[in-house]
Amino acid sequence: MISQVENPIVEIHDLTVSYDKKPVLWDVDLSLPKGHLIGIIGPNGAGKSTLIKAVMGLIPNSSGYIKLFDQDLDKVRGRISYVPQRETVDWDFPASVIDVVLMGRYGKLGLFKRPRKADREVAMDSLRKVDMEAFKDRQISQLSGGQQQRVFLARALAQQADLYFMDEPFAGVDAATEKTIIKLLREMTERGNTVIVVHHDLQSVPQYFDWVIMLNMRLVASGSTESTFTSEVLQETYGGKLTLLSEVGNLLKQGRFPSREQTEVKN
Amino acid sequence: METFLDFFSFSDPNVRYVVLGSILITASSAIVGSFTFLKKKALVGDAVAHAVLPGVCLSFILYGEKNPLVLIIGAFTTGWLALTLIDFITSKSKIKEDTAIGLILSVFFGIGIFLLTIIQKSGNAAQSGLDQFLFGKAASLVGSDLITFGMVAVLLLVAVYLFFKEFTLISFDKDFAASVGLPIRAMELVLTTLTVLAVVIGIQAVGVVLMAAMLITPAAAARFWTENIKVMIWLAAIFGAFSGISGAYISYIAPSMPTGPWIVIVISTIAFFSFFFAPGRGIIQRLITQKRIKKHIVDENILKALYQLGEEEKNFYDKRTIETILSKRTLRRDLLIKSLRRLKREGYLKNDNGLWFFNTAGKNKGQRVVKLHRLWEVYLTQYLRIAPDHVHDDADTIEHVLTPELEARLEKLLNYPSTDPHKSEIPYE
Repeated sequence: MISQVENPIVEIHDLTVSYDKKPVLWDVDLSLPKGHLIGIIGPNGAGKSTLIKAVMGLIPNSSGYIKLFDQDLDKVRGRISYVPQRETVDWDFPASVIDVVLMGRYGKLGLFKRPRKADREVAMDSLRKVDMEAFKDRQISQLSGGQQQRVFLARALAQQADLYFMDEPFAGVDAATEKTIIKLLREMTERGNTVIVVHHDLQSVPQYFDWVIMLNMRLVASGSTESTFTSEVLQETYGGKLTLLSEVGNLLKQGRFPSREQTEVKN
Repeated sequence: METFLDFFSFSDPNVRYVVLGSILITASSAIVGSFTFLKKKALVGDAVAHAVLPGVCLSFILYGEKNPLVLIIGAFTTGWLALTLIDFITSKSKIKEDTAIGLILSVFFGIGIFLLTIIQKSGNAAQSGLDQFLFGKAASLVGSDLITFGMVAVLLLVAVYLFFKEFTLISFDKDFAASVGLPIRAMELVLTTLTVLAVVIGIQAVGVVLMAAMLITPAAAARFWTENIKVMIWLAAIFGAFSGISGAYISYIAPSMPTGPWIVIVISTIAFFSFFFAPGRGIIQRLITQKRIKKHIVDENILKALYQLGEEEKNFYDKRTIETILSKRTLRRDLLIKSLRRLKREGYLKNDNGLWFFNTAGKNKGQRVVKLHRLWEVYLTQYLRIAPDHVHDDADTIEHVLTPELEARLEKLLNYPSTDPHKSEIPYE
């Protein structure tokens, strides 16, 4: 049920991620093809957000490695965009819509440099693509949930990346925004970009994604939606937690064991 | 008055130095503190401020006299140590951040007071004035002290200017900043260092006890006036500088008075003023808006009542007594009379010998409220499947809220129904 691909754009090798010594993702091993709209599916607490945070290097890996474009993350950051969950930031921050979208250019600008005219043009172009051009100077504290999500998406577009990771872009948005977003994501993949999305709503999965990653603390399945999004796989993904796995995780946390034994290298 | 003129003519070079020093110090700590405020780390700032006292005392004990550079190094060391310990305790133990801050603040400040007492009892003549670090003394900002403290202040300003983009990004969205490859740890380190430095130079004018106010209050006050981070930081700097000048002035007219409390009272007054009177975010503005909405609702309700009376008697332009209106709509008599007069002034009603009646504009407005009320009742019963006898109260509120755009959408969605769930006719133009 885990399909590996040739020349993967993302390769995750035997990845284990822990919070406070307690593993929340065990031995994930998968590879993903280029140019697809990919959904990460699983119940609450399955480790969906954790997986993309680990890929982006935001939480340390207990073991395993990740290759993007067959390279280490730091060598290809400029080609990758990450969209955090909307609720992780304080929208009462003193900034306007265009200010936030311009942040998408900061990675390319590097330290000390201010956004140039060309950066502003890219930012405006990105706002246009999410139908938020008219809101350019609006304060972000005055935006609705759907508009906030569009601004985040515009910021990602302004990064002009090849590979996008998005954490729950459809959570709590209105129907019109959901339509705009999915249309945009499709256009991006048609142009050869790869978009990987943490997703909650099972109903829309077959309609939205052509590849799915099914997670529940471990990788249940990864493959084309047609062959993978079946009732058996869903059963396995959502059929309750593996209680033995959680209990071992708790033991690791209490006993403060490392999740891998340190092997001493002798020269 | 004479002293006031003496001071603000800046003819005395000492006054010039003290004022310049106070402005530099308070403005630079307000600017650095803006990021402490945006990152919601106000309490950490307070802990650092208290934790520099043992450093000041230790450097005096070791060096034997008051040398500004040595004091800065000492204060910086313990301030930094306190921050590192808070981080360490929070990440490595079950103790939460607020507890860790409380612990570190009191332990460091306790040790500081202990050392200060020892120095004062030692009879070392050079120690005089060390206790000024508790509550600040702007007047001592002269000579080599001013040069050292001023240089650190300028360094802070330059650093914030250079790292403005990066500091803004990590204050708003740290995960995203990390994902684009910004060296988060290094940036946090720089910002923390700047915060500690701001505290260290600020204690000369404000003192360790009240220094946190100088970091946080200017930014908090400025936030009420603007939604733009650059404007906010400029305003914070101006507010800080203003309170700094007032501290210098107090130090000039009353040399025995500590300046810290005065500076803090001035900046807090600015903050309270902003809290009440700032447009948009201020309390007064919000109260005014609420009151205006209340009046608007009363007005619309009276127009609605008059329209309903007209419907019952099939004559919309009949003259009505106040009693008749009150029989349709229970309301305090004085509020009703006020509102009727307001509606007359605004051109919706006419008055003839105490009898009130519609003109065309008033009738149309009353009709619109009735229409919205009934349309909303239809919407609730059809789309939310709420029983017809439960929809009235909801509609009473929503009728005042719906905008013309929503009105048009509602009409289209419901396809212009002719009656509401209670079989009352829905009036269209």
